Amino acid sequence: MVGRTALRSESKHGSASDLVANLIRKRDFYAGGLMILFGLVMALKGPSYRLGTLMHMGPGFLPTVLGVILIGLGIAIACTALAAGEGEDEDILPENPEWFAWGCILVSPLAFMLFGSYGGLAPATFACVFVAAMGDRSMTWKQAVVLSLIITVFGVGLFHYILQIPMPVLEWRG
Amino acid sequence: MIGTALTDLWYGFGVALEPHNIVWCFVGVLVGNMVGVLPGMGPLATISILLPLTFGIKPVGAILMLAGVMYGAQYGGAICSILLNLPCHPPHAVTCLDGFPMTKQGRGGAALGATVFASFVGASWGITEMIFLAPVLVRVAMEFGPAEICSLMLLGLLAGSTLARGSPLKGVAMTVLGLMLGIVGTDIETGAERFTFGMTHLDDGIELIALALGLFGIGEFMNSVNQVSTVNAKYAKVGLKDMRPSKEEMKRTIAPMFRGTLIGSLCSLIPGTGPTIASFVAYATEKKISKTPEKFGTGMIEGVVCPEASTHSSVQGDFIPTMSLGIPGDAVMALLLGALMIQGIVPGPQLIKEHPDIFWGLVASFWIGNIMLVILNVPLIGVWVKLLTIPYKYLYSSAMFFVCIGVYAANNDMFQVGETAVIGALGYVLLRLGFHPAPILLGFVLGPRFEENFRRAMLISRGDLGVFVERPISAVFVFLCVLLIGLQIYVRIRGPKKPLVPVLETQGAE
Repeated sequence: MVGRTALRSESKHGSASDLVANLIRKRDFYAGGLMILFGLVMALKGPSYRLGTLMHMGPGFLPTVLGVILIGLGIAIACTALAAGEGEDEDILPENPEWFAWGCILVSPLAFMLFGSYGGLAPATFACVFVAAMGDRSMTWKQAVVLSLIITVFGVGLFHYILQIPMPVLEWRG
Repeated sequence: MIGTALTDLWYGFGVALEPHNIVWCFVGVLVGNMVGVLPGMGPLATISILLPLTFGIKPVGAILMLAGVMYGAQYGGAICSILLNLPCHPPHAVTCLDGFPMTKQGRGGAALGATVFASFVGASWGITEMIFLAPVLVRVAMEFGPAEICSLMLLGLLAGSTLARGSPLKGVAMTVLGLMLGIVGTDIETGAERFTFGMTHLDDGIELIALALGLFGIGEFMNSVNQVSTVNAKYAKVGLKDMRPSKEEMKRTIAPMFRGTLIGSLCSLIPGTGPTIASFVAYATEKKISKTPEKFGTGMIEGVVCPEASTHSSVQGDFIPTMSLGIPGDAVMALLLGALMIQGIVPGPQLIKEHPDIFWGLVASFWIGNIMLVILNVPLIGVWVKLLTIPYKYLYSSAMFFVCIGVYAANNDMFQVGETAVIGALGYVLLRLGFHPAPILLGFVLGPRFEENFRRAMLISRGDLGVFVERPISAVFVFLCVLLIGLQIYVRIRGPKKPLVPVLETQGAE
């Protein structure tokens, strides 16, 4: 399948600049690129841990080999982007990017870290749930507060009193 | 042989019926069943969230509970797909095809009833297979040297990444990435710190829980937030009385049930082909041999029962390589192995001998758990239907708390909460780029053992790579690896004339 579509797409794109412009839109092109990047990091950093010989392998041996393999795979993935037909390119971003929601979900653990380190389990739980909840479009302030309160009470009860996780419920540690 | 198996099984029931173990098993299947029903929550995320809670309990209880979550979720997933046309988990995608039309005709209850029964039969067969096959495999595997273990792992990794969904190239890339993540931290043999980038928190490596919760929790939430619409439960009114299939339906389910069971058990024997492939193959087979293939998709009970039986038979069968060889077939199994490793138990052929309570207790608990599930599902069906209508916005935000506290509680280390967030962001990027993150976990769990055995094999053979093809058993595994890659390339170049299985859109990262 790949081979046949490759022929078709080549005949479609006459000039090289078209090809490049088409490539940049392709998801697999970035996918391959990311793998090549990871592979490069491993293959370049690996030898600094001492390679050793096949018989006495050093700590750098496997990372370097894996890095080289990953670079190869990355190139192969990027090549499939070249070969794929025109209709098959997919945008990396979904139709309506949810930047705000994504941000909320990623900030939520950070809020847990911050409030957990300085305030204790109760504020950390509240902040974590509240921030995450605000990511949903249909969530109202009131609903988010109520949800966070319920989870806080439940969470403190379960994790502090029943499972006895060593984290104070509420304590200011400046 | 049957005698010893029965004695061992008897012993296993003794272990599994200890009061605290029964309680853990019950908690596992209940939570699993519940989570299977909840939209947008997979068994992987649930097992990872529950993982830290198991540190306090004994290894047997921990593994019984986590395994219970896994097969409990399979039962729940069937409810979701039959009543709501929502394939919450990939293996149940085909169940929707005929299950939902049955619901529309008012026979949803009957479909569920037949499914519960078929699942139980499928699972029972899978368990029986495990009882007899696992000890045989162990006896063979005891002879394995480092070279054999290495090539077997290679086969497992390759199969797990190429036969799963999506592009095989991308699957292998994810496995390699997983192996790399497994390398992070202090090298056991030389004490060198690798890829820690000066962060002392990373000396012990990346935490399994942080990786699993980042990829399958946070990454998945980012994918689903504001995308999961409120479910339409207008057909989902099922009472206890509706669950009994009619006599005619009962008669029609028997043969497909056994066919599905057989297909599932065959699929579980091939490494890497998990329940998803089993259910697709089962549906396709059933349609092919049916006298009325054109009626499939309009509410044929055969099309519901056969895939479900095969899913369950294959899920139980997946435990065979995991428990007897220490080689997990998919991400869920990798996570269960990881849980054992956290408890200080080394997976591999010696597990059954050294920890018979874990292995035989687990086998016996499968039956106990499956019976619990049958009993649970019948009267609680109304509760499950109610659960289905919980909006996603409440689910994922409360789950975020469990993610954070779970990762923190594993080591009382706040750094790992941040680590999880970073992994989650990376996981979402990978998901958007068309990678399925499940093989990462496979590579991550097997990575350190692979490196150790590779080093040992090379030391014994004095640096001669030929050892992998010179030793006969290892050569067979290497040959299978080459065959697998060759087949993949052949299929790619030739191009499938028609898709082997119906192509369906499924959500979730496995």
